[in-house]
Amino acid sequence: MTAAEPPDEPREPAVPGPLHRPGIAHRLSTWLYPRRRIQLGALLAGPLGWLAIAYLGALVILLLNAFWSKDAFTGRVEPFSWTLAAFVSLFENEVYRTVAVRTIAMAAVVTVTDVLLAFPIAYYMARVASPRVRGILVIAVLMPLWAAYLVKVYAWRTILQGNGFMEWALSPFGVEGPGLDEIANAWLVLSYLWLPYMILPIYAGLERIPSSLLEASSDLGGRSGATFRRVILPLVFPALVAGSIFTFSLTLGDYITPDLVADAKFIGNVIYDNSSLGNLPLAAAYSLLPIGIMTIYLLVARRLGAFDSL
Amino acid sequence: MVESRGVKIALRVATALVLAFLYLPLIILAIYAFNPSRLQAWPPTGFTLRWFAEAASNPGVTQALVNSLIVATLATAIALVLGTLAALGVQRYAFFGRQTISFFLVLPIALPGVVTGIALRTSFVTFGVDFGLLTIVIGHATFCVVIAYNNVVARLRRLPRSPEEASADLGADAFTTFRRVTLPGMGTALLSGGLLAYALSFDEIIVTNFTAGAGTQTIPMWILAAIQRPTELPVVNVVALVLILLSVVPVYIATRISSSATESRT
Repeated sequence: MTAAEPPDEPREPAVPGPLHRPGIAHRLSTWLYPRRRIQLGALLAGPLGWLAIAYLGALVILLLNAFWSKDAFTGRVEPFSWTLAAFVSLFENEVYRTVAVRTIAMAAVVTVTDVLLAFPIAYYMARVASPRVRGILVIAVLMPLWAAYLVKVYAWRTILQGNGFMEWALSPFGVEGPGLDEIANAWLVLSYLWLPYMILPIYAGLERIPSSLLEASSDLGGRSGATFRRVILPLVFPALVAGSIFTFSLTLGDYITPDLVADAKFIGNVIYDNSSLGNLPLAAAYSLLPIGIMTIYLLVARRLGAFDSL
Repeated sequence: MVESRGVKIALRVATALVLAFLYLPLIILAIYAFNPSRLQAWPPTGFTLRWFAEAASNPGVTQALVNSLIVATLATAIALVLGTLAALGVQRYAFFGRQTISFFLVLPIALPGVVTGIALRTSFVTFGVDFGLLTIVIGHATFCVVIAYNNVVARLRRLPRSPEEASADLGADAFTTFRRVTLPGMGTALLSGGLLAYALSFDEIIVTNFTAGAGTQTIPMWILAAIQRPTELPVVNVVALVLILLSVVPVYIATRISSSATESRT
């Protein structure tokens, strides 16, 4: 018996007190009973107020900052002094475009890599493994997901650096270690970091497919390949898109991994570096790029039915 | 579809390879924690426990640990209260704009952390808020609320309404019904949501970097700074190993919760 079940044995009358001596809570409850709108308002006032101030409010301030100018001497942002200076420098400087293209391409490549790596193990978990093995595998995938992000990045740093594990493993083949300034390192480590986020939704999506559909497909003459392409893939596609929201968004916003393992600049690095240097308008203007990309991504994902598989 | 023998073997091999890929870095790091050499060269030169003692007496580590515990506790508390209220409102009432609200509620985890970070930082700077533990807590609470909300809303969807109605029919007021029927029903969802929020907060660095002041460090911030100081690496290894081992706890509890939920359903 768990907490989810209602207490079904009547040990005592459920509520002895309030019936006999109506307290303030009881009177308030009675007054509230027909007033659904006030109930709703009381429930949502806190969380929506929080969301409006701490999140949406902050996003609005961010948007405003992108259009405010900086005092040339003090470096402080002057509120309500409108200018497009930040956008002009973003458009004029080639570097910002290169960084944007690099980051978006990386997010796409990491997403594809994770789909390719995740699919076999997710398929094995959902359709081949015995229930016992399946349970163990789910835990085995969850564990690295819960291990601290920075610990995992640091682990790869020690593996990739000169004299590290990678160099030791490659030296018998006469290949040199990668060092810590290859862009491919970022691809490897980011794919590693977000892989569990892809495995779990695909596994859940595959598990939801009823076996009868696959039997029907083979009864109708569909060979393995045809069943896979025409039954399994379309059914699991929304789950795949759901997983890709994580892999894409997390890569798009990461600025620590590219710095620590590849010495490369991503969108996040430009935002973080400029904010540390006090150039908030430029950081704000540039951050509209990931916001825009993710908004489009989420809208497309919702059309593809990904939100039902989250 | 019955997978052919060849396909099954290929799948098994692929699964083993992916698991090896997932665990190799963690295992290597765990080995380094016992490496006597200060240099991070492979293979390790021997076996020692001295870095564990050094980590335990490192003032930077202990201060960062205290900060992380405070932040995670406060952020989780805020998240559980606000997340539960929001879930009750969205799940138990039909109203105009409900879809929009549930979309906006998940926005903080759908948008990249760097966006949350820069948005909060510009807001704090614009309003002249001093950076410190409190600003870190606010940053963490934005995504922790979403986690708590998601867990509770999923549970409320499955929870039958009849016990609540029975409770009301038996004369319980709304607060008593909530305390004695709804809350126990949500219990494990609150536990797993709270645990997830706590772990995420403890682990967060992307947003924290933007919302922490110069003088305040959490455990991930300490690690990030120490990684760049070669002499501190042995202590980083120990802290990393402890964090890896700690990640077993939420997985264990989450698995227990979900397995007991399946049992009660059947």
